[in-house]
Amino acid sequence: MRKFSIGRYVLPLYSLLALVFLLIPIVYTIIFSFNDSTRSNTVWEGFTLTHWVNVCSRQDVCEALNNSIFIGLVSTLFATILGTALAIALVRYSFKARSLVSLSLFLPMATPEVVMGAGLAGLFFNIGFAPGMVTTIIAHIMFCLSFVVVTVKARVQTLDPTLEEAGADLYANPRHVFTKITLPLLMPGIVSAALLSFALSFDDFIITYFNSGSVSTFPKYIYVAASRGVPAEANVIASAVFILAIVVVLATQIRGALKRAKLAK
Amino acid sequence: MAFAAFSNDKPTKDSSTKRKSGPVVLALLAPGLIYLMLFFMTPLISLVITSLESPDPSGAIGSYFNDVNFSNYATVAVDYLPQIMRSFGYAFAATVFALIISYPVAYFIGVKLRSRPLTQRLMLTLVIAPFFISFLLRTIAWKQLLSDDSGFVNILHSMGVLAPTQFFLGTDAAVIFGLTYNFIPFMTLPLFTNLERLDVRLLEAGSDLYANPRHIFTRVTLPLSMPGIISGTLLTFIPIAGDYVNASRDFLGSSKTSMIGTMVEADYLQNLNYPSASAMSVLLMGVILALVTLYVRRSGTEDLL
Repeated sequence: MRKFSIGRYVLPLYSLLALVFLLIPIVYTIIFSFNDSTRSNTVWEGFTLTHWVNVCSRQDVCEALNNSIFIGLVSTLFATILGTALAIALVRYSFKARSLVSLSLFLPMATPEVVMGAGLAGLFFNIGFAPGMVTTIIAHIMFCLSFVVVTVKARVQTLDPTLEEAGADLYANPRHVFTKITLPLLMPGIVSAALLSFALSFDDFIITYFNSGSVSTFPKYIYVAASRGVPAEANVIASAVFILAIVVVLATQIRGALKRAKLAK
Repeated sequence: MAFAAFSNDKPTKDSSTKRKSGPVVLALLAPGLIYLMLFFMTPLISLVITSLESPDPSGAIGSYFNDVNFSNYATVAVDYLPQIMRSFGYAFAATVFALIISYPVAYFIGVKLRSRPLTQRLMLTLVIAPFFISFLLRTIAWKQLLSDDSGFVNILHSMGVLAPTQFFLGTDAAVIFGLTYNFIPFMTLPLFTNLERLDVRLLEAGSDLYANPRHIFTRVTLPLSMPGIISGTLLTFIPIAGDYVNASRDFLGSSKTSMIGTMVEADYLQNLNYPSASAMSVLLMGVILALVTLYVRRSGTEDLL
């Protein structure tokens, strides 16, 4: 007994428009990776594949990309290990300073990047540690850590402790319980935390700018290039990363949705 | 998802199953906490110490000595008042716009699309799609789409919204536009996480009790989605207040749109005025912490993480 109302169409239409709005600059960035431009990539000058074929003809762009990937991988590795340990401790164990630990893990997420960036740069400056690759990685581990804790924590909370108890009842030693039961069950959470951490590191600009010295990263390269025009090669790299990421995410989302649909039957 | 970070869901598990502390919990906590001490707490303390320094009597640029000089705070509060007002004004406006844009979208995806999991997942992927492409490049894309000779500005000219000598880039509106755009996903995701679990039977109950749709929204849906709104607004407001890329003249802003971050960067990296940059950072951090505490207290969301 549903009344006809325009209201039924307003919500889907509104959402669709919002999504189109979100996608406009992405489409623009991808289109301009095919632009036959030489220096500044601002006006459409015709279609070309040159920039895609010879991405590394501009060495500085590729060097920045390599640095970003390296920094992202190393920071993700450390942040994921430290964060997973913290998440397990916070959910599974009771200890006195729990709420204090929770608060100190929340604080970095409530700290604006510019404050964390300037703070770390000041610390390194005061102890006479020159900014470069190491300081950048230290900073990246720092801002990824809390996000890893939150993501893994959500997974630990859904974990059924009786599974581990069953393992222990069957004479598995604590190490086996952890490696054979706890860790595999936590894996989806750990993987999404690692992906999030890499994405945060890869796209970070402000904290990196304060702490990287002369080391170039992909966002830093774009920021510096912005005043004189960003070359199309940067669009190529960004587009390639985007397409890769979206394919991976779509595949996992579709798999998840199909699995759910199957379970619902 | 990490964006449920600020929501107040309590762990459902019975706390009696929790193990007591011991050497294991110490081993799990110590590395992460030591890291946090060294590279989060220490930098903040170092900022406070630097913010109280005085310039070296020799007058050499970039050298300062330890002092308890509170005048740095007074100086930045006076000199950078426009930037302070702008930062929080922009952050407020952009957060409100992001909420207005995100809420219906999150409701549609989280509630209306429940019966179609595949469409729901696809739409959600599109919402987070901007995360996968450099936000600097997305902002540059807007800069070019809204440039002075763009169709958008032409339309504004012909409609008389802008005088022929006025343009869009470099204005407050352009910066707020960019900030809103860049932080929409940070608003949509926590709202979605919350609305996805909204119990629709409660809405039906309201309707059975003769509440009209508007009342159902203001009395049932809105209060139930409050945790999502709180986490969303915090996740957008805080980074926006500290951002300075959108407001930069190489992106969407001009010299008339500088924010707190602009001044911190300039003082720290160009003018080597570390005390000023530090005082500004401490001030920003203090205001944000005060706002967060107030906000969370009023809304009753104590269990943050």
